Amino acid sequence: MVTVHPSESEFGDLHRRLFILRVGLLLVVALLGLRLWHLQIREGPYYRDLSENNRTRLVLLEPARGLIYDRHGVLLANNVPSFSLYVTLEDVKDREVLIQQLTDLLGLDPTIVRKKMTAKGSKLLPRKIKDHMTLRDATLVESHRLDMPGVMIQVESQRNYPGGVTAAHLLGYVGEISADQLEKPEFIDLHQGSIVGQYGVEKSYDRHVRGMAGQKSVEVDALGHEKKASVVERPQAGNDLYLTIDARLQKVAEDLLGQEQGAIVALDPNSGDILAMASRPGFDPNVLSRELTAKQWVEIVQDEGRPLNNRASQGQYPPGSTFKIPMAVAALETKTVSPSTTVHCNGGYQFGKRLYHDWKAGGHGYVDLHNALVHSCDVYFYTIGQRMGIDVIAEFGKDFGLGKTTGVELPSERSGIMPSTAWKQKAKNEQWLPGETISAAIGQGYVTVTPLQMASLVGTVANDGINYRPRLVQAVMDRTSGNLQELPAVPRGKMNAKPETFRIIKEALADVVVKGTATRAKSSMVTIGGKTGTAQVAALRTGPEESIPKKFRDHAWFVAFAPVESPKIAVAVLAEHMGHGGAAAAPLAKEIIETYMKLATQVPTVTSDLTGVSGPGRSAKDS
Amino acid sequence: MIDRLTEHRGLDNFDLRYIALILAILAIGVLSIYSVTRGQHGGMAPYYLKQLIWIGLGAVAFLVMWASDYHYLARFAYPAYAFILLLLIIVLFEGRTSKGAQRWIAMGPLNFQPSEFAKLILVLVLAHYYSKAPRAGWLQRVIVPGLLVMPGLLLILKQPDLGSGLSFVAVYAAMLLMVGVRSQALGFILLFSIMLFPFAWEGVWGSLHDYQRQRIMAFVDPDYDPGGKGYHALQSKIAIGSGELLGKGLYGGTQSQLKFLPEGHTDFVFAVFAEEWGFLGVLVLLTLFVALIWLSLEIASKAKDQLGALLAVGIVAMLCFCIVVNIGMTAGMFPIVGIPLPLVSYGGSATIMTMAALGLLLNVKRKRLSLFY
Repeated sequence: MVTVHPSESEFGDLHRRLFILRVGLLLVVALLGLRLWHLQIREGPYYRDLSENNRTRLVLLEPARGLIYDRHGVLLANNVPSFSLYVTLEDVKDREVLIQQLTDLLGLDPTIVRKKMTAKGSKLLPRKIKDHMTLRDATLVESHRLDMPGVMIQVESQRNYPGGVTAAHLLGYVGEISADQLEKPEFIDLHQGSIVGQYGVEKSYDRHVRGMAGQKSVEVDALGHEKKASVVERPQAGNDLYLTIDARLQKVAEDLLGQEQGAIVALDPNSGDILAMASRPGFDPNVLSRELTAKQWVEIVQDEGRPLNNRASQGQYPPGSTFKIPMAVAALETKTVSPSTTVHCNGGYQFGKRLYHDWKAGGHGYVDLHNALVHSCDVYFYTIGQRMGIDVIAEFGKDFGLGKTTGVELPSERSGIMPSTAWKQKAKNEQWLPGETISAAIGQGYVTVTPLQMASLVGTVANDGINYRPRLVQAVMDRTSGNLQELPAVPRGKMNAKPETFRIIKEALADVVVKGTATRAKSSMVTIGGKTGTAQVAALRTGPEESIPKKFRDHAWFVAFAPVESPKIAVAVLAEHMGHGGAAAAPLAKEIIETYMKLATQVPTVTSDLTGVSGPGRSAKDS
Repeated sequence: MIDRLTEHRGLDNFDLRYIALILAILAIGVLSIYSVTRGQHGGMAPYYLKQLIWIGLGAVAFLVMWASDYHYLARFAYPAYAFILLLLIIVLFEGRTSKGAQRWIAMGPLNFQPSEFAKLILVLVLAHYYSKAPRAGWLQRVIVPGLLVMPGLLLILKQPDLGSGLSFVAVYAAMLLMVGVRSQALGFILLFSIMLFPFAWEGVWGSLHDYQRQRIMAFVDPDYDPGGKGYHALQSKIAIGSGELLGKGLYGGTQSQLKFLPEGHTDFVFAVFAEEWGFLGVLVLLTLFVALIWLSLEIASKAKDQLGALLAVGIVAMLCFCIVVNIGMTAGMFPIVGIPLPLVSYGGSATIMTMAALGLLLNVKRKRLSLFY
């Protein structure tokens, strides 16, 4: 077995061992010194040469953003190559000469080029001078490369939206990360020049779509030209998104609005899936995803039509008579009225000193709840509103999701206002006036809603009170694992209301289309239930609609669902300054519903002309 | 009586030389860090300023260690070891991740790396063990202390922190040799190591991260992919080699001033220094290190008792190992395992720990004068 030293001799022995340690140490250090002498003296010139002429640089490789498809795999956003001009100042011989050369060759503005070259930053790292060059310009630079040391053309991936303006508000656009964003923890892995989503799904799902940058080491020669490049770390492409929208329906919705301002939202009440969400006027995300000139930006921001505003989720309008739907639910549920209770409408409702008019001069006579909805009798709702009081109304409105954001995956969604006594006290520090309840009862006054909220509301009615959070993304395809992760619909519970209530209201809404205020929505294809609304813009109105300047005309509302028997689609249409809902908005809703019914029978064939896209479950290799 | 008086004499010539050496090496470190991180911001403050703060804290640790009594400290070796093991466990669950390894615990704005302190505590534990335990058989000499090392070693390898893990083994081996194991025993250990190697290799290799395997592969075959895996190694060699005799001067290191050489202020700070100050600078730095170690060994050989000698040897072994492996890896002699250069590399935990260890060494020297009273 092992024998060890007796402990007496141990201490003395230590000195011997320490001596060996010293000798060993000197030997090792001598070896290190020898190695360094070899590196620095013997091979020094070789390495100096390498360091001076064969400079290897680490260059970031930007990841390809994930692709975005519609629910059937139609491509909505991809990446295309684009050429950018970079200059490494360290390798530039004469800056002014280079500026002159670039100006002559590409017609660039010399002051801008000079500004970019003198901006703060490392001389040794390439800086971007111009992006989105045409192939012709890029080739031109390449052919003059030898005369312009330090210049390089880099192929980068540029976000591209094949549909142009289609679904622009949903998709959003991308742009260089701002200084403010760089400070935020969610962008910790990013660096200056990184491209991030700035609006729409591109922004709200940026974390998924963004991917991860890689690195490559680039060897450049003495003139700064790339000699050899090798990838140190591959960039990781972002994940693909499958939206809930049907691109065909989206296109139809946008075309229906045409040049008018307004919004259309269509969703599946059984899942909350948004099938189409159109907002007009729109914008071209391809333009916004590029580097805009200050002038272009000012033009977009100052546009009176506010094209960047997604009217479907950010536009807040008085709901007008569409608000009578939650009013009717509230009245039945609180037993304020029974279905057979009638109110006499003589064309006006006297409250205090003020007479509240019905939209129909002369009135509707005796009306019950059904007829009050079918013919949109204001006096009936003034009456029940007065009986219930604003706080009861607000309670039901909130149950339907009014006054709060729906939680759809879009940035800057607005909540609208569901007023109540407490709200007014808090917001205005004033007492609620009883007369204000009467305005609120027909969706005027303080009440405001977004078209998305109204689509969700009518969907909830169609679905007998079962509510889902509206959503835009149904699946995420993980690029590294190739897994398609289906996102489940998000149920938000069931409204506490009797099925009977919904049956009565749906019957009435069906009759609105059959014989009421929205006969122009009547379809030979499918049964539709709906409710018209007219949101007052200016309080004072004299004379016929046509004589009023357009910007003071009323907004037209129509909310609908179909088929009445087993609803598959809920729609909200808002047409700004288009007057009465029955005339202006109802036909659009009908058009959307019919299109959807037709489309349901045919799944689109994803053709290769959309840059060879793969649908769900197919290859994940393309980028 | 006389000895007591000498104890109160304060710093003697030896101490002054010793401290001067430490300060000189620290100065080289700060200068190199300043040079390579110019224009970069290290969060709240520039790196060199932060390093100066670490050195300030390290000086406090140095003084505390110097003024204390290592006999007293050794009594807390086991509790301290238990505490650091706890921290290492916390790191695994709560630690901050960087490059796939979890090594740091966030303490407010600062990151604290327990594995650095674990090295010093290990020295304390082993010295304490060998000075106290009956060391009759190989079981007490080799196996029991081996079992003491194991939990810390495994926790550090799990992070994974290959460099600190290797330092652990080095400290253990050095102290084992100092305590004295006969050639038979050495033969035994060698035999066992060779027999266990396939298993150990499997365990170690399997627990490594891709980048670590790549670095090691790059060492085995550097020309395999010079732009990829061997990137660090090649860039580091170019940096050192291109310094030639006189170096490129302060800020002149194109290798390190560019982003070619990553981690230029931490693990590869030697390459930065070698590039800017050349072979002459390197000789100066090596001489400083050798002198420091020489003085440390002096302390070890004159220690009044076994505990002191073992402490000194352990600390010297730890420093030597880090210095040699770090310089060796930047010069392309060893695989890149991620060990900082003591007193030179940027890093709070390592700097404070190293200075505390040197303070402890000086304490061993100070106490030898109060040997018999």
